[in-house]
Amino acid sequence: MISAPDVVAFTKEEELEDDLYREPPLPEEYSVPLFPFAGHGANPWAKVAGSKFTRDFILISEFSEQVGPQPLLTIPDDAKVSGTFDLNYFSLRIMSVDYQASFVGHPPGSAYPKLNFVEDSKVVLGDSKEGAFAYVHHLTLYDLEARGFVRPFCMAYISADEHKIMQQFQELSAEFSKASECLKTGNRKAFANELEKKLKDLDYTRTVLHNETEAQKKANDKGYYTTQAIEKANELASVEKSIIEHQDLLRQIRSYPYRKLKESEFHPYEPECALDRADAGCDQDLAPSDPAEPGETHLYTHIPSYTPKLIKAKSAKCFDKKLKTLEELCDVYFFTQTLDQLHHIERTFRGDVCYLLTEQISRALLKQQSVTNFLFEDVSFLDEKPPEKQYRGCQGLGQDAMDGKCLEESLTPKVVVSLGSYKSSVECVPIKMEQEMEDSEEPKMSESVTSEPQENLDYLDADIKGSISSGESIEVLGTEKSGSGLTKSESQASLPVMPSPQAGRSKVGSRRTVSEDSIEVLSTCPSESLIPEDFKASYPSAINEEPYADNDDERGLRFAPRLSPGIADEQDDVSKQESLVQVDAACCIGKESPNFLEPLPELGQKPCEEDGVVRIPPQPYRAAEQGLRGGFPAHDSVPGGLLPYELDSRYLSGSREVSKSSLDECSDSTSYISSAASTCSDRTPSPAHPACQAGERHRKRAGQNALRFIRQYPFAHPAIYSLLSGRTLVVLGEDEAMVKKLVTALSIFVPNCGVYAKPVKHWVTSPLHLVDFQKWKLIGLQRTVSPAGVNVLHALSRYSRYLSILDADSKTLRCPLYKGTVVARLADHRTQIKRGSTYYMHVQSILTQLCSKAFLFTFCHHLHLPISEREPEESVVNRRMNFLKLQLGLANEDVKIVQYLAELLKLHYIQEPGRGGSPLLRFDYVPSFLYKI
Amino acid sequence: MLRWLIGGGREPQGLAEKSSVQTVGEEQTQNPYTELLVLKGHQDIVRFLVQIDDCRFASAGDDGIVCLWNAQTGEKLFELHGHTHKITAIAPFSSSDAFEEKRHLIITASADRTVIVWDCTSGRQVQKVSCFHSTVKCLTVLQRLDVWLSGGSDLCVWNRKLDLLCKTSHLTDAVIFRLTDSNNESEGWNVLEVKRLVDHQDNILSLVSVNDLTFVTGSHVGELIVWDALDWTKQASECNFWDSSVHPDVQPEIKLSQSPNETSVQHLTSDEEYVFAAVGKGIYVYNLQMKCVIACQRTAHDSSVLHIEKLPNRQLISCSEDGSVRIWELREKQQLPAEPVPTGFFNMWGFGRANKQANQAAKKMQENTPMYFLELVGDLIGHSSAVQMFLYFGELGLATCSADHLIILWKDGERESSLRSLTLFQKLAQNGDLQLKL
Repeated sequence: MISAPDVVAFTKEEELEDDLYREPPLPEEYSVPLFPFAGHGANPWAKVAGSKFTRDFILISEFSEQVGPQPLLTIPDDAKVSGTFDLNYFSLRIMSVDYQASFVGHPPGSAYPKLNFVEDSKVVLGDSKEGAFAYVHHLTLYDLEARGFVRPFCMAYISADEHKIMQQFQELSAEFSKASECLKTGNRKAFANELEKKLKDLDYTRTVLHNETEAQKKANDKGYYTTQAIEKANELASVEKSIIEHQDLLRQIRSYPYRKLKESEFHPYEPECALDRADAGCDQDLAPSDPAEPGETHLYTHIPSYTPKLIKAKSAKCFDKKLKTLEELCDVYFFTQTLDQLHHIERTFRGDVCYLLTEQISRALLKQQSVTNFLFEDVSFLDEKPPEKQYRGCQGLGQDAMDGKCLEESLTPKVVVSLGSYKSSVECVPIKMEQEMEDSEEPKMSESVTSEPQENLDYLDADIKGSISSGESIEVLGTEKSGSGLTKSESQASLPVMPSPQAGRSKVGSRRTVSEDSIEVLSTCPSESLIPEDFKASYPSAINEEPYADNDDERGLRFAPRLSPGIADEQDDVSKQESLVQVDAACCIGKESPNFLEPLPELGQKPCEEDGVVRIPPQPYRAAEQGLRGGFPAHDSVPGGLLPYELDSRYLSGSREVSKSSLDECSDSTSYISSAASTCSDRTPSPAHPACQAGERHRKRAGQNALRFIRQYPFAHPAIYSLLSGRTLVVLGEDEAMVKKLVTALSIFVPNCGVYAKPVKHWVTSPLHLVDFQKWKLIGLQRTVSPAGVNVLHALSRYSRYLSILDADSKTLRCPLYKGTVVARLADHRTQIKRGSTYYMHVQSILTQLCSKAFLFTFCHHLHLPISEREPEESVVNRRMNFLKLQLGLANEDVKIVQYLAELLKLHYIQEPGRGGSPLLRFDYVPSFLYKI
Repeated sequence: MLRWLIGGGREPQGLAEKSSVQTVGEEQTQNPYTELLVLKGHQDIVRFLVQIDDCRFASAGDDGIVCLWNAQTGEKLFELHGHTHKITAIAPFSSSDAFEEKRHLIITASADRTVIVWDCTSGRQVQKVSCFHSTVKCLTVLQRLDVWLSGGSDLCVWNRKLDLLCKTSHLTDAVIFRLTDSNNESEGWNVLEVKRLVDHQDNILSLVSVNDLTFVTGSHVGELIVWDALDWTKQASECNFWDSSVHPDVQPEIKLSQSPNETSVQHLTSDEEYVFAAVGKGIYVYNLQMKCVIACQRTAHDSSVLHIEKLPNRQLISCSEDGSVRIWELREKQQLPAEPVPTGFFNMWGFGRANKQANQAAKKMQENTPMYFLELVGDLIGHSSAVQMFLYFGELGLATCSADHLIILWKDGERESSLRSLTLFQKLAQNGDLQLKL
C-alpha cells in the first residue's frame, strides 16, 4: 500500500537528506536498501537487457506427435511481447524435459489399454543464452486419436527475472494448477463424449457387419467359409474387442473424479459461473455412474442427435489426419475459462518481483487488520484474494500446534513443546534418508545462491552442466531427477547426518515421500558440496543449532524455547528417530499445503544484523504471516489480536516505534526487500494489485483526478473533511462526465461503512431522499432546469443539514468549516506528487494512520467506560477528549473524523456476521458555510 | 440556500415565502437527536404508532400491515398481515394479570370491518372479530375494567376474551359525546347514554382527559371546551381565540386564506397544569387554572400540526403535515422592559372576543404571573411527507411515522455511541480478547 511505483533505486543521499530527516523514516520492512553493486557502476536493471522479449508472458506449447514441439499461443497474445524471442526454440526446450513417467497403452498385466492419470509436473527452467527463465507446467490431455491417447502440453510462465520465478513459484504453481485443472476437466468431458460417439459408431458398425455376416451365411450354403466371410468375421471380432476396450476407457475416464477425490491434493475444478445445460447434464451423468459398471445407460441420452457412422476396419492412427486443436480437446467453455485464468495469471505476476512481494506483504498485513481494513481498503482487494491463502496460514498454525502436540504426546511426554523441537523433529523423516537430506539442503542453497547473484552465476554455469541431459544452454534449475543423481552420494558423504533445524523445508522431502505427486522442487545448485566453506559459516541455518534457539527466544513465540538434545546428536540415536518417523509421517500426511517451502523468517534475521547488507532474497509473504503468528493470535474473530493496551503504548511512543514493535516479528522476514530483488526488473509497469487491473486503472485515474481536484479547488479541504467525517457530499452539476470525474476523484477519501461496496453513487437524476444519505456518502447529482430539477434542488435544500454540496458548475461548496490539520497533509495543493497512483498511495498511507488512531480510540476501554463505578460521565468525556487532543494530537475538527471512523469500527465490530445491520445516519447540527473560488 | 443553489433569477416565488414560520439555525445545541435510523416496512402511509412496552412499538397504516419494531435497534420484529384494508385504529392491550406472565396484545381495527387481536411476543393473530356493520374507527382500552371498546357507527364493549358485552344503538352523529362509556362500570355491562354534550358547533376532533375530574375537547372550528367529568358541565371554553380577526397584526391576506382547516383543533395533550393544543399551524398552551392561553406559537409549522406531545422536561414536540418535527421549550419570559411584548399576544387569550370584561381581568392577572413563550430548540427534518404521528421513548429516542411510508427512529447520538462502546467491550470480553495473550 505504501510502496509506490515511483520509488526508484535510491543511491544518492545528499539531495534528499533533509527530507529524510523531516519525515519519520519508513518502516523497516518497506525501506529500499541501497543497491549493493552500485559501486561497480552496475545498473540494477542491466541484467534484463539480455532477454529478447519485452515483458513476461505465458506460452502454451504442445509436443505434437506430428511436428514435434510447437508453440500454440502466448498470453498476452501480442507479437510485440515475445519480440525476437524464438518461441519455437523455447518450446523445444521446455517440452524436452523428461518430466513424467506416464505410461499409456497396454500394460503387461492387463488386456485393455489403460489410461494413466498423470500428475502435472512443475519445473523451473532457465535458458541463460536467451535470458529467459520459465516456470513450466506440463500436463497431458486425452485424445482418442492421439498416440497412446495422450497429448502432452505445457504452459510456461516466461520471465527474464529468474528470482521472480523462484520467489513466486508457489503462487505460480497454485495458479497454473487451477488453469490446468480447468483444462483437464474440460478435456475429460470432451474425451468421454468422444468415446461415447466412438462407441456408438462401433456399435453401429458391429450391427452392420453382423447383418452382412448373417446375409453371407444365408447366401452361402456351400458348407465352408469363403475368405470374404472369414474376413468379415475377423472384422466383427475386432470391432467387438474395440467396443470392449472403449467401454473400458470410458469407465476409466468416468471414474477419474472418484479416484482423485480420495487424494487430498486434488481440487476439482469448479467453474464459477453456471455451465451450460449440456455440461451440467454431463456432470450429473458423470457423478452417479458407478465405476464398476460402465454407464451404458447414459450412452444414448447425451447426444440424441448424433448419427453413428460406419467405421472402416483400418482407421488406425495415420499421419495425414488433422489433430484436434486445444480448443476442441477441452470444450470451448473450459478453454475460455482457462484462457481467462491464464490472463489472470499474467496480470497477477506482471511487474517487478520486488513490487509483487511488497504487495503481497502489504496485503497479508492488511488482512490481519480485519478490524480496520474495511474502512479504506478496496473491498474487492480484500475479498478477491483466494481464500486458500489465508487458509493456508491458519492451517499452518493449526498444524504447527497439532504437530507439536503429536510430538509431545508420543515422543517426549515431559518436554515443553518448542518450535525448535518441532522443527528439528520434523526434519528427520528418514523414509528415504538421502533424498530427504538432499532436499532439505536444496532450498538453503537456492537462497545462498540467489542472495549473491553474481557469485553464483559463476559456478552455477560451471557445475550444473553435468546434471543436465537436455542441451547446452538450458539449465534445468531444479528438476528432481536431474539433481538427485548427482547429489545423492555426495550429500550423504559430505554432510553429517544431522537435520538442520530449519523448519519446513525438509517437509518438501517428507512430503514427497508421503504423497506421490510429482512437484519438482527447484534448486539452483544441486549439491551441498558446492557451497564455499566460508559461505556456510555465515549462514547460521546450515549446521549450528544455537542461533536458532536464540532466534526463537527473540521471536517471543508462545513456545518455550528448548533445545532438543536427543535430536541434536541423533546420529547415535537412530532408533529413536525411527519411532519418531512414524509419528511424523502421520502428522505430515495432512499437510497438503506446501507452505513450508519457504524458509522461516528467522533465516533473514541474522545475516541482516551482522553485516548490514541484506543478503536474503525476498520471501513470499507467507513467511510474514508465519512471523505474525507470534505476535497476533490468529483467531478469526480476534482480528489483529486486539491487545489494546499493548498496542496503545506502542503507537503512542511514535510512529517509528509502532512499526518496529508491532510488526517486529514479521519485519524479520520482511526486511529483506533486498538488492537481489530489485536487480531484476520487468520493464512493464507494475500493477498495483494482482488480478484487478481495472481496479488499478481506476485507482490511478482516481488519484490523478484527486490531485487535480486539490490543486484546482481551494476549498478541497472542507470537502474532504465532509467525506471523512461521514457527511454526505453531493456533487451537483449539469455535465455528467464532469460530475462523475469529481466523484471518482473524491471517492478515494470515502470511508467504507462495512464490507459492502463503497458508499458512492456516481450519478443520480432524481430528487434525493433521506434514505440515500444513509446509503451513500458521496453522490453525483444532475442539475437540470426542468421542473423536475427544481424538485431535486428543493430536496437538497430541505436536507441541507445532512449534506455538503459541491456545485461543479459555479465552483462553490457549501459545507461546515474545517480547521484541522489532517486533511492539510492529506491534500496539500502544493504537493510534489505527480502521478495518480502515487498520490493514491499517499492518501492511503495517511488514511491508514487515521485508521490506527481510530482503532486506538475505539478499543481503549477507559475512554468510553468509567474506570470506577462512581466515576461521573463527565470525567469519562473529559478523558476521551483529552486523549483525542493530546495523545492522538488531533486538532479541532480532526476529532470528528476519528470519532466517525471509530463509530464505523464499532458498528463493524459489534455487527453480527450474518446480518447486514441497518445503516444509520449520524449527523451534527453545525452551521455550513459557502466557499467560492 | 435554495436561492444559492438555483442561482439568481430562476427562483420560483413560492419557495422562499416562509418568513412567518420561526426557524432555528443549523446549529442546534439543545437538539439531542443526532442519529437516525430509517425503518422501512410499510408500503403506504403510516398513520399510527403505539408503544407496547419499554422498547417495542407497533406501527400501522394504510397498507393494512402492522409492524412491530425494536425501538433500540430499529429491528423489525414482526410483520403482521391480516387486514385487507387500511387500518383505522390501533390500541395496545397488555394484561397485568397476576396469575399469568405479562402478555402484550395489540388490537387493530381496519376498514375491512374486522378487528384483530395480536400477540406481540409471538407475532401471531390471537383472534379476529368480523361481525361489524361498519368500520371501527376508534378503539379504547379500559385497563381498569379489563375491557375494550370499539367505536364506529355503534359502540361495542368487549372483554379480553372477545365476548361482546354490550352494544349501543346506532350512534347518529359525531356531535354526540361518547363519554358515556366511562359509565359502564355498572353491573351487567350496559352502556347508557348519560348525556349528550352538544355545545360544540362542529365535529369534535380531539379529546383529552386531564385528570379524573376534567377533560378537554377540541372541535373543527376551533372551539376548546373544558368539561367537568362528574357532572358533565362546561367549566370553561375557549372559542375562536385563534381567530385572526382578533389580532391586528395579522396580515389581511392571511386572514383571507384562513380556512376552517387552519383553526381546527387537531390534537390535544395535557399535563396536570396545562393543555397543549395543536390548532391549525399553531401550538397553544392553555393554563387550566388560569383558564387562559399563556403561550402560543401561531405558525409553528408550515402546515397543520398533526400531533403534539409534552415531554417531561418542559419540552414540547410537534409534528406537522409539512414533514417536520419540532421541539419546543416552554420558557418563562424574562421581564425585561426593553423587550416589548407583542400586542397580539395579549389579545388572544380570553374566553371570547365579546367578553371584554374578562379580557381585562385576565390581563390584570397576567401581570402578576410569569409570562411564557415557546422557543424552538430544534427541528428534525427527515420525512419527505406529512409526519402523521410520533412516539416518544424517552432515552431511546423518538419514532416518527409519515405519509412517505417510512418510520424514522431519532436517537441521541452521544448516548448511542457510548452504548455501542459498551457492547463492543462486552463482545470483546465475550470473545476473551481482553486478556493479554502471551
